[in-house]
Amino acid sequence: MGSTRRLRSAASAVAAFVLLVVLWELAKLVLPDAGVTVGGTRILPRTDDAAMPHVWTVLARLGAPEVAGAAEPRAVGAAIASGALFTLGLALGGLVLGGIAGVLLAVLMQRFAVAEKAVLPYVIASQTVPLIAIAPLVAGWGGKIAIGGWAWEPWASVMVISSYLAFFPISVGMLRGLTSPREADVEMFRSLAAGWWTTLVRLRLPASVPHLVPAVRLAAAAAVVGAIVAEISTGTRGGIGRLIIEYAQSATGDPSQMYAAILGAAVLGLVAAGAVGLLELALRRYRGSVA
Amino acid sequence: MSTERNAETNAAGNAGISAVELQGVDKTFGVVRALAGVDLTVAAGEFVSLIGPSGCGKSTLLRVVADLVEPTAGTVAVAGTSARQARLDQRYGIAFQQAGLLDWRTVAENVELPLQVHGVGRAERRRRAVELLELVGLAEFAGARPAELSGGMQQRVAIARALAPSPGLLLMDEPFGALDEMTRERMQAELLRIAGETGAAVLFVTHSIPEAVVLSDRVVVMSPRPGRITEIVAGRRPPVAGDDLVPDTVEDVRETAAFFEAVTAVREALRKGAATEGHAE
Repeated sequence: MGSTRRLRSAASAVAAFVLLVVLWELAKLVLPDAGVTVGGTRILPRTDDAAMPHVWTVLARLGAPEVAGAAEPRAVGAAIASGALFTLGLALGGLVLGGIAGVLLAVLMQRFAVAEKAVLPYVIASQTVPLIAIAPLVAGWGGKIAIGGWAWEPWASVMVISSYLAFFPISVGMLRGLTSPREADVEMFRSLAAGWWTTLVRLRLPASVPHLVPAVRLAAAAAVVGAIVAEISTGTRGGIGRLIIEYAQSATGDPSQMYAAILGAAVLGLVAAGAVGLLELALRRYRGSVA
Repeated sequence: MSTERNAETNAAGNAGISAVELQGVDKTFGVVRALAGVDLTVAAGEFVSLIGPSGCGKSTLLRVVADLVEPTAGTVAVAGTSARQARLDQRYGIAFQQAGLLDWRTVAENVELPLQVHGVGRAERRRRAVELLELVGLAEFAGARPAELSGGMQQRVAIARALAPSPGLLLMDEPFGALDEMTRERMQAELLRIAGETGAAVLFVTHSIPEAVVLSDRVVVMSPRPGRITEIVAGRRPPVAGDDLVPDTVEDVRETAAFFEAVTAVREALRKGAATEGHAE
């Protein structure tokens, strides 16, 4: 039953992608190259090859060398794959960091009502600060840190910025989960002379799983976006964020290359979401615990 | 069988020590006086029901005994010690109207919970869970999830869980309130058999007059605002004569004249309590 449902959702994801490709090509076929303009305002975009390259052009570009005539030519697809892997590593690191911070914050807020009142507004306010404003700050502070023989690397800044986005949904979802047990269940644990820690481990944590899993899914997507934006705004090399910027600069002459990079970023997001699916599978014992 | 051993230790170990002893217990929530001057003693192995209209403080009284609510005044002794110490030592087991089983644990793991909290080893816990599930007639459901069981079965698991630390006292807050009438009567017979086998005293909160009468040695009638004991009526708890006999004897009791007399006595006591309340206001 569960596996057929999973199969169906995978099939509809593929169908949605196919539909998107068909719509894209249909738009190129039907709409005029210059787009649709009404009274001087363009309401539909240009559809010529410079603005909307054919899907097959984008795919073919993956196999072409990155820079024509370079000494050691590297295929665009390989560059995107290695960039995506680099960014994925940083995003997962950010997700783990943010996850730990979010869970600890939620446990603190559940334990001390004062902490919830004091911290929660700042948790929410933290997400209204634009990421682009924080990124240079983190990079600047990080540059002054050297622990032992290890000096702060730019990728560490990217990971921290990514965790800054990821911790938010986790702390909010976890707090909801930790406070989800019924009053009668809490009373039962009290009657058993269970202390705070036992109640946390045996009741509150298992009960929070159904709230935590969707929160982690949101956090994973946020971590990927955070990592890409952080790479761009701190100028970190090696990731897909940098590639998107580099390819975008040559987009007027070679739009398909930029689209290939964007495609890579989308696949990256899907892989991160898939990793959360594994987490959900591992915790499925606790999934039905929301009454 | 180990349940017999428990019956012996409960009866012998508690000889002379009351399961519950309340003296002058008062409880005030803000301006509401929930309990006023409650004196009550439950002997070892005795079955006592608390009955009264909603808001008479019977659940609060149960929670005072369980040390889930602190009394404003008065003394509470459970198994010869303070209510707090009794809770810390798991000297009582408790069951609520909602079975309150943890969905992510199997039936056996739910029964093991009190032992796990008290650091009992895995093998000993398993052994005890098997024994308790046999006692409540659910041995073959040890590996099932609570969601797969009916309401009556879930309540039986909750009773098995309450009995896990072999307590001398069972506290029950309308445990059969959410069950249909047929299941409810079957559960009453089950509870009488279990109480007889384990020798545990029971403090039982209920809304149902026949239920209170058929289960109890004594029925404690309470009146609301402030909650106080107005009368204590002798119940018609049938003697336990073996595992299979109890359901029949319970059915028999329900048809005796003495049963109807006791039901009438409780009903009149409840009416009198309501009348004095009317005068007071």
